[in-house]
Amino acid sequence: MAIVFQKPHGLTDKAFHYCPGCTHGIIHRLVAEVLDELGIEGDTVGVSPVGCTYNNYEYFNCDMVQAAHGRAPAVATGLKRSLPGKTVFTYQGDGDLAAIGTAEIVHAATRGEKITTVFVNNAIYGMTSGQMAPTTLVGQTTTTTPFGRKPELHGYPVRVCELLSTLEGAVFVERVAVNNVQNIKKAKAAIKKAFQVQQAGLGFGIVEILSICPTNWGMSPAKSLEWLEQNMMEHYPLGNFKGKDLEV
Amino acid sequence: MGEKLLMKGNEVIAEAALRAGCRHYFGYPITPQTEVAHYMAKKMEQIGGVFVQAESEVAAINMVYGAASAGVRAMTSSSSPGISLKQEGISYSAGAELPMVIIDIVRCGPGLGGILPAQCDYFQMVKGGGHGDYNLTVLAPCSVQEMYEVVVGAFNIADRYRTPVVVMGDGYLGQMMEAVEFRDEEPIAKIDKSSWAACGHKMEREHNTITSIYIEADVLEAHNNKLQAKYREIEKNETRVEEFNCEGADVIVTAYGTVARIVKNVIKDAEKEGIKVGLIRPITLWPFPSESYAKYADKVKGFLCVEMSTGQMVEDVRLAVNGRNTVDFYGRTGGNVPSQSAILEEVRKIAAKKK
Repeated sequence: MAIVFQKPHGLTDKAFHYCPGCTHGIIHRLVAEVLDELGIEGDTVGVSPVGCTYNNYEYFNCDMVQAAHGRAPAVATGLKRSLPGKTVFTYQGDGDLAAIGTAEIVHAATRGEKITTVFVNNAIYGMTSGQMAPTTLVGQTTTTTPFGRKPELHGYPVRVCELLSTLEGAVFVERVAVNNVQNIKKAKAAIKKAFQVQQAGLGFGIVEILSICPTNWGMSPAKSLEWLEQNMMEHYPLGNFKGKDLEV
Repeated sequence: MGEKLLMKGNEVIAEAALRAGCRHYFGYPITPQTEVAHYMAKKMEQIGGVFVQAESEVAAINMVYGAASAGVRAMTSSSSPGISLKQEGISYSAGAELPMVIIDIVRCGPGLGGILPAQCDYFQMVKGGGHGDYNLTVLAPCSVQEMYEVVVGAFNIADRYRTPVVVMGDGYLGQMMEAVEFRDEEPIAKIDKSSWAACGHKMEREHNTITSIYIEADVLEAHNNKLQAKYREIEKNETRVEEFNCEGADVIVTAYGTVARIVKNVIKDAEKEGIKVGLIRPITLWPFPSESYAKYADKVKGFLCVEMSTGQMVEDVRLAVNGRNTVDFYGRTGGNVPSQSAILEEVRKIAAKKK
């Protein structure tokens, strides 16, 4: 019998702990499929963040390093500078990357570190139970914006790809979403390209993935996907910001 | 021994690290340790090593965390306010059992304090400035020559026990020039890190994980117990102290770093007055050489602890003496140094006590 579909080798057999409807599982699979397709699982070191995926070192089959909150790009810098021939990636959420770790991500990109960042933007803090993230949309209700995010009180949601695109060291920058099959395929292609850009030694690469958090958004998974399409995509337009035509 | 050079303490730190096989340095500028970075920036580029000027001390220690995770000898250097920033990463490194060397050339605090020499980082290094149950091995040299020796030794201790090791010197030790004699070959401990390092498994083994998080109570407790067992081993094997002139002493003065050198002059002055003064100089601030104090606790008229702080190490001296004798304290701060005459005056008071 021919095998037409199976779990990528880049994932361990450990069952995910994520909430029902969470899209981290899809994104984990995409990263693992890319590790498989590029044949780099044995030559890759990943960096786990603080947040819902703090323990994704249990799920990825490559060597993994767990980092302090927001520090993953600095840890990845130390790893890559010590292992220049290996592939190094960080997997970070919006609180980790765009709040407490803003300095680390900006400067890793500024230096053009040859690492890849998988950035999951679900517009909320998941693990600590639904607080406002830097990416929370105006008007969005969270446990720390109980009456909605108001610009005059809470400022505006940060667009990470647009921000990092201004830096010479960031050579591949793309925003994708995992809301439907078509976009999931595009997301995988972007992740793969970002890894290839690193392998070619061209500089820093980031893929921002618009994602959902049904538990903390207080919606069903289906409703959450609708909300992502109707609200997040307007503020966070999908597309490639840099590096689309890089030869890898 | 090999070549003898006149060098600044901070440069010797860098040279010693290079001789110990360190090829990965991550730092952020701060007075009075910046010459370490200057030396490293030049040398690493010449020899194909790694020098990264990080965006902050927070980032620098996390770069060391990453490099140490990969299994290479890595280090950072800073001074007091910078070390405060590194404490998060230091706690994580202790938890994740990562070998690394952290240099602290101490200046005055609190806050920005001042750039002059001090010893006010004893608490934050010896007692753990970061969160959690951990100990850093803390080495405190008193000369540029000893700086060289302890920096090389620090890398060996770090690798042997999978633990962060600190070399702490007051600003004078970083800034002053002294003769230093280098060995032709360093005693580098060859430690195989392949069983735990995150450096790519080449599809030949299960994947390695570096982490400090253990969500289940019993698992974390077992991990903490393992760390404690390691610390007991370090206490047993790595405690270092200089006892000078202590047999038959009337008074024992205790000090580390630059202050201990001043005390040696006080010993000569006191002798002229018929007072026999001994010196206990901890070389490891942790593990603390408590036994040296216990040994003399019933034999002397009293102890005097002298520091360039308002009294930090003195707490460990009192614990070591355990109420069996008096432990007086004399300290100066703000960049001021305890003078020979002021220390002698304190010694006279103790010597005048009836036994």
